Amino acid sequence: MSDVCIIGAGIHPFGRTDGMSGVDQGVFAVREALKDAGVEWTDIQFAYGSSDAAGNPDTMVDQLGLTGVQFINVRNGCAAGGSGLFSAQMAIKSGEYDIGIAVGFDKHPRGAFDAKPSEYNLPEWYGDAGYMVTTQFFAMKIQRYMHLHGISRETLGRVAEKAFRNGALTPHAWRREPVSLDAIMEAPMISDPYSKFMFCSPGEGGVALILASEKKARELGKPLVRLKAATMRTRPPGSFEVFAPSIDVERGGSATNIASGDAFEMAGIGPQDIALAQLQDTECGAEIMHLAENGFCADGDQEEWIANGHTEIDGKLPVNTDGGCLACGEPIGASGLRQVYENVVQLRGEAGERQVPGNPKTAYSHVYGAPGVSAVTIMEI
Amino acid sequence: MHPIADGLFTTSNPPQLIGGRDRDSNRIVFPCPENERYEPVPLKREGTLWSFTVQRFRPKTPPYAGPESFQPWAIGYVELPGQTIVEARIANVDFEDIEIGMKLKLTAVPLDPEDNSSPAIPAFEPVGDQA
Repeated sequence: MSDVCIIGAGIHPFGRTDGMSGVDQGVFAVREALKDAGVEWTDIQFAYGSSDAAGNPDTMVDQLGLTGVQFINVRNGCAAGGSGLFSAQMAIKSGEYDIGIAVGFDKHPRGAFDAKPSEYNLPEWYGDAGYMVTTQFFAMKIQRYMHLHGISRETLGRVAEKAFRNGALTPHAWRREPVSLDAIMEAPMISDPYSKFMFCSPGEGGVALILASEKKARELGKPLVRLKAATMRTRPPGSFEVFAPSIDVERGGSATNIASGDAFEMAGIGPQDIALAQLQDTECGAEIMHLAENGFCADGDQEEWIANGHTEIDGKLPVNTDGGCLACGEPIGASGLRQVYENVVQLRGEAGERQVPGNPKTAYSHVYGAPGVSAVTIMEI
Repeated sequence: MHPIADGLFTTSNPPQLIGGRDRDSNRIVFPCPENERYEPVPLKREGTLWSFTVQRFRPKTPPYAGPESFQPWAIGYVELPGQTIVEARIANVDFEDIEIGMKLKLTAVPLDPEDNSSPAIPAFEPVGDQA
C-alpha cells in the first residue's frame, strides 16, 4: 500500500495570546500549513479538528471559506490530536480522499486543569476530598518508579533543564529562557518530588498538518515525509492512571506500551531505528518513564542516559527537541500535533538552531493522557 | 465524625473500608460501585505504602470541598495484600518520615483539620512502633 504523506505543517506559537481565541489560533495554523504545502483551502477535501476547551473546530470554516468541506470534530482527551491525525490518514488510506487536514488548537484557563468527578464516572466525594488533581497522580507515579528503578531527583531536574534549553532555541515555544538546574531543584514544591519547573502548564496554541496520498504528494512535488504508523490505544488491565481511587495489586502494562508496540509493528522498524522522538512530558518524570514505556531503554537505564546526554539534541536519541510540553505548555487539542509538526520540521532539516544533526530519517511521537489513552506516530523521510 | 459519603466504611468497630468484588473476575476495587456486578467486601485494615506525594497547593473549588485556609496534606496509595491498592490520605506522620513500604493502618481524618465535625475521609496512619 502507498504511504500517507504530510505535505504541509503550520503552527501558531504556543503560550498565551491574549485577544486571540483558540479557533483563531487554529485558523492561523491552517493558513500557515496551506502556504507551506503550496495549496489552497479550496483544495482541501476533508478536515479533522481537535479541541478540548476552546469550542467546535468546524466553526473555523467561517474564516477559511464556506466550501462545503467535510469537517469532523474530535474530542478525545490528551489523545485528541493523535485521534484526529489517525482518522485523517485513514480517510486517505481508504481511498476516499487524496488530500485533507488535521488541525488542533486549545485555550485553557490559567492554573491546573479543573476536572470534575462526573466526567470520569467517579463519585462526588472523590472531588470533594481534593483528589481530582492530575499533579498528584504524576507525582505518585514517578515516586513509585524512582523507588523501584533507582532514578534520582537530580535526573528529574536535568530533564526540565534540557526542556528549557531546547525551548530557548524554538520560535514556537512558550518558555524561551534557560533555567539553571539549581533553580529547578530549589523552586517551590508543587507535589513531591516535583517543583514548579518540573510540571508543564495548560496553555494555548494551534497546529495544522496537511496530509495527502503519496500520488498527490508527488504531483505537488513535495518532499515525501511518510506517516509510516499512527496508533491510538486505551489501557490494558493493571495499568496506573490519573484519577484512580484504587489500582490492582497485580500490576500490568500501559496504553503507551500497546500504542507503541503496535506502531513499531506497523512501521516494520524498532526503537533502535528511531533518530529522534517527541515523548509526552507533562512533567519531567513522564519523559523518563516514557523512554522505557515506548521501548527506547530498559527501566532504570534513564539515570545513565540523562547523565550522559543521550537525549540532548546531539545525543544518540534526541528527545523533545522543541522543549516538549515543559517548554511549550499543553493546549490539549494541539499538543499531540505539535510533536508531529516538530518531527516534520526536523526530518526536512528546517529546524534551524535546534536541528538534530546527521540528516535524521525517522521520527517518533507519543502522547499519553487520562484516563489511560495514548497515541503514537512514526514518520520517515 | 460522619463519613464524606455512604458506603465507604463498614459499621463494625473498628470500621473497615468497603471494596467491591467483581463477581466474574474476583477483581476488587474501591469504592464499591453501585452496580449488580460488584459484591461489597470489607477491606483489610492494614497494608503497606505503595506510593505517595504531598499536595502543596489548594486544589480548585469546585470540586474540592476543603477549607479556604489550606495546609498541605499527604496522599498515597496503600497496598492491602491480596485485595487492592487504595488511594487515601496519609495522616499522623511528618511528611519527611513517609516512606514507600512503611506499614500503615486505617483511620479517618476530617476534611477540615480544624473542624472535627466536618466530613470524615479515609486515611491511613503508621502502625504502632513506627509512629
